[in-house]
Amino acid sequence: MPLPEIMMAVLWVGLSAYVLFGGADFGGGVWDLLAGGAVRGREQRDLVEHAIGPVWEANHVWLIFVIVLMWTGIPSVFGAVTSTLYIPLTLAALGVIARGAAFAFRKASVRLWQRRLFGAAFAFSSVVTPFFLGAAAGGIASGRVPPGLAKGDLISSWVNPTSLVSGALAVGTAAYLAAVYLTRDAQRDHRPALAEAFRRRALATGVVVGLLSAAGLVVLSADAPRLFAELTSGRALPLLVLSVLSGLASLVLLWFRAYLAVRLTAAVAVVGLLWGWGIGQYPELLPGVTVRRAAATDAVLAASLGSLAVGTLLLLPSLWLLYATFQRPAEPAEPGPPA
Amino acid sequence: MSVHPLAVAATEADLLAARTQMALSLGWHIIIACFGVGMPALILFTEWRGHRTGDIGYRLLARRWARAMGVLFAVGAVSGTILSFEMGLLWPGMMGVYGEVIGLPFSLEGIAFFLEAIFLGIYLYAWDRLTPVAHILSGIPIVVAGVSSAFFVVAANAWMQAPTGFEVRQGRIVSVDPWAAMLNPATPSQTVHMILAAFMVVGFSVAGVYAVAMLRGRRDRYHRLGLLLPLTVAAIVTPVQIAVGDWSARFVADSQPVKLAAMEGIFDTQRGAPLHLGGVAVGDRLRYGLAIPKGLSLLAHGSPDAEVAGLKAFPRDEWPPVNIVHLSFQIMVIIGFALLGLAIWLALAWGRHRDLPRSPWFARAVAVSGVASVVAVEAGWTVTEVGRQPWTVYRVMRTADAVNPAPGLVYGFVVVTAVYVVLTVATVYVMRLLSRNKPVPLAPQEIDVTGYKVV
Repeated sequence: MPLPEIMMAVLWVGLSAYVLFGGADFGGGVWDLLAGGAVRGREQRDLVEHAIGPVWEANHVWLIFVIVLMWTGIPSVFGAVTSTLYIPLTLAALGVIARGAAFAFRKASVRLWQRRLFGAAFAFSSVVTPFFLGAAAGGIASGRVPPGLAKGDLISSWVNPTSLVSGALAVGTAAYLAAVYLTRDAQRDHRPALAEAFRRRALATGVVVGLLSAAGLVVLSADAPRLFAELTSGRALPLLVLSVLSGLASLVLLWFRAYLAVRLTAAVAVVGLLWGWGIGQYPELLPGVTVRRAAATDAVLAASLGSLAVGTLLLLPSLWLLYATFQRPAEPAEPGPPA
Repeated sequence: MSVHPLAVAATEADLLAARTQMALSLGWHIIIACFGVGMPALILFTEWRGHRTGDIGYRLLARRWARAMGVLFAVGAVSGTILSFEMGLLWPGMMGVYGEVIGLPFSLEGIAFFLEAIFLGIYLYAWDRLTPVAHILSGIPIVVAGVSSAFFVVAANAWMQAPTGFEVRQGRIVSVDPWAAMLNPATPSQTVHMILAAFMVVGFSVAGVYAVAMLRGRRDRYHRLGLLLPLTVAAIVTPVQIAVGDWSARFVADSQPVKLAAMEGIFDTQRGAPLHLGGVAVGDRLRYGLAIPKGLSLLAHGSPDAEVAGLKAFPRDEWPPVNIVHLSFQIMVIIGFALLGLAIWLALAWGRHRDLPRSPWFARAVAVSGVASVVAVEAGWTVTEVGRQPWTVYRVMRTADAVNPAPGLVYGFVVVTAVYVVLTVATVYVMRLLSRNKPVPLAPQEIDVTGYKVV
């Protein structure tokens, strides 16, 4: 495979990782928002905080990874996307600040009003950030970002049918993945009632996300016919089928409480959709701009990909160590003086 | 297509808004990033001492500092992310063309930051799950990755000062040597200067916290260690930093003579140029400054009669804002030497009676040294960045050509500023909460240490 295509594939791997891990952290915030009053929602919020705490910063790096690879690998596309979509992307960036900072601040606070204030900022920004990122993606997918600096419409590039559906889909996907992951987390911590609660939420959001995806296809047929054609009858069809089947399988697995297996199928369903979009749109990144035309020089691509390959050798075992350390059940508390 | 109400061309106001927004978010992030670079080494050393000696003071300090670092790292992770957004949102003209040239250091920084985040997660959250030695080992990648991140990011900035490693034909990049771009001539002095600055900020700021406590009468072993340890680090780094600063200034003298002229307020090209202390540029002259004859020629070029180019040797539309650059440079240098004085004071007292200087003025000086070191960093960055104006990429791309031509950047600036005000208030508030919610016990016991949860 030539370097530009490898670069795009690596970019898409980063995007997938961000959706699967970073997205689920946003989803945790969505459930935090919907957990109810301070007393009733406490158990859920604790679980969310416990699950996100050690990993969200590492998960968040995937976003930086995607941004850096965009400006390194396809600089002119990066410039076109960020200049035309600067409004939703600025709002998403502010959401990123609010989410991360408020989460850290809440952990450090003890009083109820402090935790409520920071918690509200954390939860609210967890909903709006994926929406704006999804809306921006919808603008690109529906061909509303032309090449050149700020050549697209500043408003309709992200306030349009495709963007609204993809924004909603991003929020829904985040909530769905979080609910799926949290069932297993609750089960491992021996809290069956909590696991049940998140199972119900996962089932409900799974259905909602499925319906949203279907609605998205209808919107695409009118709004982005070429992408629609590739998804429903072209080379992206296998991925769409894989996504739909995995989504259905996830519902079945959730129904039978196979919480570990459903993590995999839910992830495949989401990644299938994402790669379906990528393959469906390939080779065009922006209207009239192909991957080959937009790609950086081979020397840059080779140096960056080479460094990433070496970096991966360091990162994979490190990530494994991180998840392995915290996916183990905490040791039973030793009898001792209360902390 | 109907003409949108917002669809007017980007204005001067938008350019100013974009520059100010970038300055605000970069200037904010730099402070937090300094802690990300310098604090892990300080904490790790303290934890190691605590493990070796069993001293409760060290062990409690390490835990309390780690808790603060956890919050600062989270805030720094997001304020750094905003910058990567803003590179595109505000400067797509630059990133759309030159993004690939500086892509390599940013990719490497991404890897380093990733490692930092992973091991910080392990280090903070597994404090009581790992054995002490395993725990200390898990902190080492944080130190290495933090310093490397600073190197890569500043190397990318250095490229904007000394752009090399690429070839342009008809406005299009035709070939790039990414390694040459990253290891451009400005990289060595600029990266070392920034990394040392980070250790100074951490050393003086952390020591300052305990100096304030001492001024309030808490002079027990815990507080004395809390002051002495970071201050020693800062005191060792400061003289080295001044030498590196000299190296950096010599590099500017050779590679960006117009910036040096602005830093020093030199308007006419001359041999035996004087070194100006203070002064304001009025018209085309520096007034009210104290001139040390031949000082600049000697410092910048190593010979008292060396020629120094003045601002007038360059087209006026290539001058940076002289007063901002000159004033910032003076502030940085003055603070640098004041901090050197503080370091010498500590060294003399320690040499004489193996103790901190007893004067309350010493504690007062340490108490303000943290803020002073932060001001020095900001001033130094102002020299670097404002001194490069009107260029974004020195002599290659003007800032006005780099900015996003979309209208309405002013509104974005207002919103971002409001968010940063809230973020600043909240960060300061939470950092104070950290020390108050669980005050340091009057006589720390073993249980106080292990009962102090890091996260």
